[in-house]
Formats: sequence, structure tokens, C-alpha cells
Amino acid sequence: MEHTLLVSSSPHVHCGMNTRDIMRDVIIALSPALAASVWLFGLRALAVELVCVASALAAEYLSRRVMKRPQTVGDLSAVVTGLLLAFNLPATIPLWQAAFGSVVAIVVAKQMFGGLGQNFVNPALVGRIVLMGSFPETMNNWVDPLKWLSDPLGHLGTVDAVSSATPLAQMAADSTVEIDAMPLLFGMRGGSLGETCVIALVLGGLYLVIRRIISPMIPVVYIGTVFVMTWLLGADPVTHILSGGLMLGAIFMATDYATCPINRSGKLVYAIGCGLLTVLIRLYGSLPDGVSFAIVIMNILTPLIERVVRPRPFGNKRGKAVAK
Amino acid sequence: MNNRYWNTFSKGLLRENPVFRLVLGTCPTLAVTTAAMNGLGMGAAATFVLLCSNVVISLLRKLIPGKVRLPSYIVVIAGFTTIVQMLVKAYLPSIDQALGIYLPLIVVNCIILGRAEAFAGKNSVGLAALDGLGMGAGFTAALIVMGGIRELLGNGTIFGWPDGGMFPPIAIFVLPAGGFFVFGILIWLANRLSLRLEQNETRRELAATAACAACPMAGACHGEGATVNE
Repeated sequence: MEHTLLVSSSPHVHCGMNTRDIMRDVIIALSPALAASVWLFGLRALAVELVCVASALAAEYLSRRVMKRPQTVGDLSAVVTGLLLAFNLPATIPLWQAAFGSVVAIVVAKQMFGGLGQNFVNPALVGRIVLMGSFPETMNNWVDPLKWLSDPLGHLGTVDAVSSATPLAQMAADSTVEIDAMPLLFGMRGGSLGETCVIALVLGGLYLVIRRIISPMIPVVYIGTVFVMTWLLGADPVTHILSGGLMLGAIFMATDYATCPINRSGKLVYAIGCGLLTVLIRLYGSLPDGVSFAIVIMNILTPLIERVVRPRPFGNKRGKAVAK
Repeated sequence: MNNRYWNTFSKGLLRENPVFRLVLGTCPTLAVTTAAMNGLGMGAAATFVLLCSNVVISLLRKLIPGKVRLPSYIVVIAGFTTIVQMLVKAYLPSIDQALGIYLPLIVVNCIILGRAEAFAGKNSVGLAALDGLGMGAGFTAALIVMGGIRELLGNGTIFGWPDGGMFPPIAIFVLPAGGFFVFGILIWLANRLSLRLEQNETRRELAATAACAACPMAGACHGEGATVNE
């Protein structure tokens, strides 16, 4: 009798999904962009991605081992972090620098704070920002897409390829420049490996939304805010939402579970903040793109946002402190 | 008695290291340690002020009324800081350039006022001088270690000499973010090291006292059980 009337706290029903399944779905969602990056930037892109993923996995395994904590390398979250970091790097980056960024992302931003779910900022973005601070020359060395086809294997060795300006850098230099939107959709521009092909990124995002891995709230509001703000401030909104790291950041990095608010109003505030900061950095800051800094700043503000939007328990008066 | 003097001096080196254990003087620590040489310059200047102010404050400790002791200490410290600033400006202009505003700001360095308040105002001249020297040495050592690491990793040089391409320079280490990172790692190391030293000390003390001598397990545990139980 006592077994049939078991009393326990919620949740009562489990969907059967675990971290590994979620991460596998994210990897599937990232694969169109992965394919696009190899098509656009050649085997060199694949090399950078492999190095990032391998060193992220090694760093995850070793740091859990050294800290004598349960091994979590099997949950595939390190693969996602490595891939996202690689997507944020130019194709010409020296491979050891890519590996260094991966190790910083996993060890410093993730494992030192306790591992998956304890990180207060997105690890891949920390890796990118540290690399940007450390190696500004190699991190701004963009190549034109499809250039590798003229020399399919030779491009693997050359690191100092002719650099081309990204659309955002062109606009920052000359605000009257007209940029065609069509090539941007297919990723025909200089930029980081995974950020350029908008169609592939949106496909991945749709997959995540259909599989209910992410809610469309953050990407839609984030991109919408950038669109409206650039339009209000007199810039070209279409070019702004199609270039830079916005699509990649809004769909895959701003939606990281551990570093964005949980409930809907929190997500709204967070996404609008990301959009505002991105536009402010792009139009008035010294950097051409501000997506990574905008997301990291909003990551840090997330605990404060959650404090403001904490739901009011039924029957409590507004403004009255909730008993702890 | 000998032991007491040695303890007064040596506690500043690690056990009560002002930077890594007491986490005082963080502002100059993070700001000037972009190179080992700057750390040495800052450490030497602060040590001079610390030693002189400790001695003078200790001499005046019976004359200074308790209610106005803090302003009086600051006047003494400011006097010596001015001397250091003028000397460095005259003889080491490159160090003066590198340290910039942080040289005159030794006046408000909380290590110096902290030692005046916590030690020099209550102890005899000899002890106060030793305390100043020890704390100054600890501060200098901390700045050199931190500056050395940041310079080697961030700039590929040691005291301005190229390291022969041993490490490719990673610029983030000379930026503020890298400073905080190195600072955190060194605080962790210093905490671990001094915790281990303390444990060893208690172990030795316990082994020497009757507590362990009477215990039949003493031979097997070397006093480890006693420290664990603490």
C-alpha cells in the first residue's frame, strides 16, 4: 500500500532525453554550416575544425581526470564547444593557436568553474575573445571564399594568404558602401569559418527549434533587435543581420542553456540586450563586429536579469520579497 | 628570542604574503606587473617606504594620540613616498615612466598603512623594521614572479631579454585579463603551499609533545591523524 502512494517532489515525468542527446542534436544542427565551411574555405577549414574539436575533447578529458571528478567527456559538450570555436576562427589561423583557444575555452571558462552547466559565460566565446586579444594579426586574416579551388592542396600550408575585408569592416571604413545581400545568404564573403553561410545556419536553427532543443525566442528577438536598431540608426539593416557573427551567435551561442535566463521575460530582456550591445559596438565601437562581446556581457548579466524577472508565487503581493 | 625575530621577518615572505595571502595592494600589483623589471622597481620603492615608515611610526608610537593616528601615519608615509618619487624621477627615469601614477600612489598602498596600523604602531623599532623588510620582500617577490610570468608568456622576454623563441608570445598575458588570470593561479598556489607548511608544522609540534608520544599509533601516522581531525 505505501508503495502505490509514493510522494515525491516534481518533476514526475522524464522525457528520457539527456545531455548527450541534446548535444548530438546540436552537432547535427551545426553540420550544414560545417559542410558549408569546407566548401567555402577548403580542407584548411576542416583541419582547423578537427584540431579544435580534438583539443577540446582532450582538454575536457584531462581536466576532469586531474580534478578527480566524474568523467564527462562522453556527453559531447566538448565537441560542440570545439566546433563553435572553430566556426569563430579564420581559415588561415595557425593550428596551434586554434588548439590554444580550445584549451582556454574548456579549461578556463568551463572546467575551472565546475564543468558543464556551471560556466557563467559561453566557453567558445571566451576562447575566441582570448585569441582575439592574444593574436590580433592572425585573427583578422580573412580569405575570399572558394579561393582554395585554384590550389586545392597547396592552401593547407600557406598561412599568410591575401587578406580580404569582411563586409562589416568595409562598412565601418566607408558607411556609404553598397553590399549585395544575395552572396551574403550563401556565405560568399570573407569571414570566420562557420559564420558566413546564413542559409546553413538558419537550417540548423530550424532543426533545433523543431526538435525543441532551443526556443526561437532568443534568436528571433536578438536578430530583430539588430534589424530595427540598425534601421533606426540609418545603417543598412539587411546587410547587418546577414553579416558578421550575428546568425551564428544568435542561434547557437546566445541560446546556451547555462548562460541565458530560464523564463520567457528573462529571455526577452537578454535577447534585446544582446541586440542593443551588438549594434552599439558595430556602429560606435572600435571593433567591426560586436556579437561575441555582446553575448558575453549579457551572459554575465544573466543572474541579475533572472533576479528581476523572478516569477511571483501565486498569492504573493507584488514587490514583496519572496521568502528564501 | 632569535626565533621571534626570524618569524617577524619571514612571515611576509609566504605565510602572510601581502599580495597572495592577505590580498592587499591589488591595484599596483595588477597594473605594473606587465614586466618583471616594473615589478622589481615597484617592489623596491614600496619596500623603502615601508621600512622607513615602519621605523618612524614605531619610534613615534607613544607620542601619537590614538584618535589622530591614521592621519599621522599617512603624513609619515607621504613624506617617504615623496622622497622615493623624487629619487626615481632623477636617477631612473625609465622606471618612472613605466610605473607612472602608481609610484606616487604608494601613499595610499594599503600594505603600508596596514603594517603601520597592525604592527609598527604596537611594536619596538627593531621588530617594526624587520616586519617592514619582510613584508617588502614578500611584496617585491610577488611582483617579480607575477611580472616575470606575464612578461615571459605575453612578450617572450625575461627582464627585457629575449627568451630565444622558447614561447611564442601570447599577448593576452600582458593585458589586464591575463593579469587577473595569473593573479588567481598564483593565489591558489600560495594558499596550497602555506597550508601544507602549516600542516607540517602542527604535525611536528604534535609529534614533539606528549599527545602523540602517548599514542600507540604514533609510529604509523606521523601525526597525520591529529591534523586531519582539526
